[in-house]
Amino acid sequence: MSYKAESYDVAVIGAGHAGIEAALAAARLGCRTVIFTINMDSVGNLPCNPAIGGTAKGHLVFEIDALGGEMGRAADVSTIQSRMLNRGKGPAVHSMRVQVDRKLYSEQMKHTLEKQENLLLRQAEITDIERGEEGWKLTTRLGAQHDVKCVIIATGTYLGGKIFVGDVNYEGGPDGMFAATALGKSLKELGLPLRRFKTGTPARVLRSSIDFENLESQSGDDEPIPFSASTETEIKNLAKCFVSWTNDNTKQVITENLPRSPLYSGMIEGIGPRYCPSIEDKIVRFPQKLRHQCFIEPCGINTEEMYLQGISSSLPEDAQIELYRTMDGMSNVQIMRSAYAIEYDCVDPTAMYPTLEFKNFKGLYGAGQFNGSSGYEEAAAQGIVAGINAARAVKGLEQIVFPRSNSYIGTLIDDLVTKGVMDPYRMMTSRSEYRLILRQDNAQERLSDLGHEIGLLDDYRYNVYLNNKKLKYEEMERARKTVISPSKELNDILVSRETSPVETGVHLAELLKRPQIDYAALESIDTTRPNISKRILEQAETEIKYEGYIKRQQAQIDEQKRLENRTIPSDIDYDDIGGLRLEAIEKLKKLRPLNVGQASRISGVSPADISVLMIYLKSKK
Amino acid sequence: MNGTIAAIATGQDPGGIGTIRISGSDAISVADKVFSCVSGRKLSSLEGYRAAYGKVTGSDSFCDEAVALVFRAPHSYTGEDVVEISCHGGRYSTAMTLKACINAGARPAEAGEFTKRAFENGKMSLTQAESVMNIVSAAGRQSAAAAMAARDGKLAKRIEDIRKILTEIDAALAAWSDFPDDDLPVVTDEELVSKLRSARDRLSEVVEEGRKATLINEGINTVICGRPNVGKSTLMNLLSGKEKSIVTDIPGTTRDTVDEAVNIDGCVLLLSDTAGIRETNDKVETIGVQRALKSIDNAQLILAIFDASQPLDKDDISLIDSICDKPVIAIINKVDKEKNINEEYIKNKIKHIVYISAKNEIGIDQLRREIFSVTELEKLDASSGIIINERQLFCASNALDCVNMALDDLAANMTYDAINVSIDNAIESLLELSGERVSDVVVDEIFSKFCIGK
Repeated sequence: MSYKAESYDVAVIGAGHAGIEAALAAARLGCRTVIFTINMDSVGNLPCNPAIGGTAKGHLVFEIDALGGEMGRAADVSTIQSRMLNRGKGPAVHSMRVQVDRKLYSEQMKHTLEKQENLLLRQAEITDIERGEEGWKLTTRLGAQHDVKCVIIATGTYLGGKIFVGDVNYEGGPDGMFAATALGKSLKELGLPLRRFKTGTPARVLRSSIDFENLESQSGDDEPIPFSASTETEIKNLAKCFVSWTNDNTKQVITENLPRSPLYSGMIEGIGPRYCPSIEDKIVRFPQKLRHQCFIEPCGINTEEMYLQGISSSLPEDAQIELYRTMDGMSNVQIMRSAYAIEYDCVDPTAMYPTLEFKNFKGLYGAGQFNGSSGYEEAAAQGIVAGINAARAVKGLEQIVFPRSNSYIGTLIDDLVTKGVMDPYRMMTSRSEYRLILRQDNAQERLSDLGHEIGLLDDYRYNVYLNNKKLKYEEMERARKTVISPSKELNDILVSRETSPVETGVHLAELLKRPQIDYAALESIDTTRPNISKRILEQAETEIKYEGYIKRQQAQIDEQKRLENRTIPSDIDYDDIGGLRLEAIEKLKKLRPLNVGQASRISGVSPADISVLMIYLKSKK
Repeated sequence: MNGTIAAIATGQDPGGIGTIRISGSDAISVADKVFSCVSGRKLSSLEGYRAAYGKVTGSDSFCDEAVALVFRAPHSYTGEDVVEISCHGGRYSTAMTLKACINAGARPAEAGEFTKRAFENGKMSLTQAESVMNIVSAAGRQSAAAAMAARDGKLAKRIEDIRKILTEIDAALAAWSDFPDDDLPVVTDEELVSKLRSARDRLSEVVEEGRKATLINEGINTVICGRPNVGKSTLMNLLSGKEKSIVTDIPGTTRDTVDEAVNIDGCVLLLSDTAGIRETNDKVETIGVQRALKSIDNAQLILAIFDASQPLDKDDISLIDSICDKPVIAIINKVDKEKNINEEYIKNKIKHIVYISAKNEIGIDQLRREIFSVTELEKLDASSGIIINERQLFCASNALDCVNMALDDLAANMTYDAINVSIDNAIESLLELSGERVSDVVVDEIFSKFCIGK
């Protein structure tokens, strides 16, 4: 028996990282919003590594924060160790990663959802979705029927989830949760192009069963900084990570048990991520590698569970025990949760616009792993975009597309919807052609105006940003104007840093342009330096040091903008355009790009096709 | 779209006058660098619709008399500043003039780009849009086809090799940045420098040779074939010895064997001698024969030689049968000897026949006329080839600039993220013709080379 339940503007299916950002964005933009979770105790769960950020992922977290999202704040609250990766490799690839207390993170997120105005967090499994009179009709397992204007699907690995451990397999979601078993059928009936992907996670083991004595340990940074510009509390390093290694014995155990792996016996049909292969995969694909690294990471403060990064597996449980016990410091290790592979339904993201709305399904959006990505941060990034656009659709406002040139968020979404994915997509700095502009340190400058304009970033946070920006530009101006006269002291500094001494006065900015020189080196002779934070000084230094590169990348961006600004009307008839090649017509009809820039990135569409398209568009004006 | 572009605007007919069109905001200053007026005035001092007589100069002491026509925006074909330099026709002069313009800062025009600019600047009515699209599309298709054809060439392979070196170090750097905690081989400065230098040296070679080869690339691919000992080499020597030989033995062109380039009445023939074609069991010779057959396939003109003193044998007949539907001239050599050849068979299959005695230099003028006629008849369209080859060269020298910048920055201790971007840009330049994207190529390389991930 079903019954008529409340109506909403926006309904979000799934309360993982994508769903949370989507629901918060929609509610904060003034929509009556509901977020459904299959289990109230798995909201904002971290079913894989207990960490937020990392290379390119850290960039995403800063960007989400700059827009007014939540991930950075929750990570700051629950950080137990913080590290800035790639410190020596240049500002484009500086990436923050924090180990978090996963329970605390999840609680923080759940509480934030609960406190949010306009938002209801509701435990229910959505079993059916169909078109309604004015949007969509959702039905829960218990028969509640909700009319909603917009739906955001953020089902993660729950949709049609199937767990594999050796030859054992069963329907199930992550971390022992139920899978969402009925919704997939309903989505297929709607006509969404679903497919199977898989991913996996290593075992969690008992801390006291590890012998840490001979393991290298890893501590956090001396001066950790928060992800969120609104975090004012101090970030503290409360925990250590450790490094263990596999060896020949590990390899032997795996090789012997390989036929029992569901991947190699052909039981798993889903496609796994290239960047996070199981230990079986690593050993098969890189036989020349003698040993593989394993980071042992604490799952939190009030738990003795440790996560074994790098050693995910879908081997049978007995083989898992045997293989983990071959590793350094782990001869007596006790598994608390076994490693598993999980296969799930997701969608071909080329069925979506870069707004994350499905083509031909007005008001239906997708975000997160459901869209073929992988990772908490990637999910959250899409969630905030889907939430913003669903809310704007409800309010009758124009949809927002994030260009590749303003963010990793835009790069991620463009890659997904324009190129499609063959395996779960992970963000990497090498995926962005504008790396020197899309830095962590300037995320606010790239996105906070937009965040504020659409109403997601509150005035307080926005004003903090404006003030910091002003200080940065004032400092850059000062550096360009300040002349430092030659002196023994200055030349001693320069020589000690292995760079040439000066004979005449030189602008501060010129000195900072030298790779060997930073603000810290010049502290004693830079007497007019204002009292501003180290972070702002670093930002100013980056802008000065990389000015040439930044200018060049900006020129590339400006050139590309010309194409991005040429929108393609939704009713365009590609068959009607003389001169387009057949292959291009097919691809363009399938992908229906929103603008010429997006069209130019579709494989199979040539520069000549783009010229033809531009001429056609111009002639229609 | 932006920037100043240049291309040969006239067709490929040799002789007469050839025109190089330059369009864009720097068109006039580019022209001033390659063209000097007899009057001593600068083109930049001329109003629109004015002509000046003078000479164009380029590299390799190239010099030709020319007329420059100045058009001021918006009163020009494209609506931009335009200079048209008319020099002597034929591929040599036009190609050298174009090259000079490119050295002076123009970039080679893309397929249909002048027309496209003309349209975009409102120089054409909307009703013309459809035909413009067809022109651009056709030009694009042509150059794509030419690019495909060039893929087999040596130059393409060398560029691909350089691309691979760069992708390898780019991916190693990127993997090292993207997976900092993974157990990856450390990239050292020494290694980077040595690989970048190797890429730089190879690129410089390509650019250097490419500059020389631009000429060759604008000639007509001509294959001399026939049974062994019919006089191929004698004919070859005769043609090249009589005429000014422009370049000899150039490695790194898109051809396997270009032995001689000869200029016949303004039309450059790129002669390749092939192995004699016959059935053989000898392994080395078989390779030679296969290569010969392949170059026949790619040829724009075939000179098939037969021995007048001997009847056609089965190798001759199979050669005739395989080439008769191509632009071919049958050359019956050794007419000084007693005639034993059954020429009726040839006449039935091949339209153009010339009788010569290479040894006694008889019939050479007739041959030249025939060559002229066949090439004209076939309307060999090398224009798309020019675009592609000029573009290949342009891309290679862009890539070289980027690699040099990476090396300079490395020497200055710049951080790897910046160097990474320069290498990205170099790869991007090299990928430009194949249409692949640098981030995809690099990411694929990372995943195939390194064991990474949590």
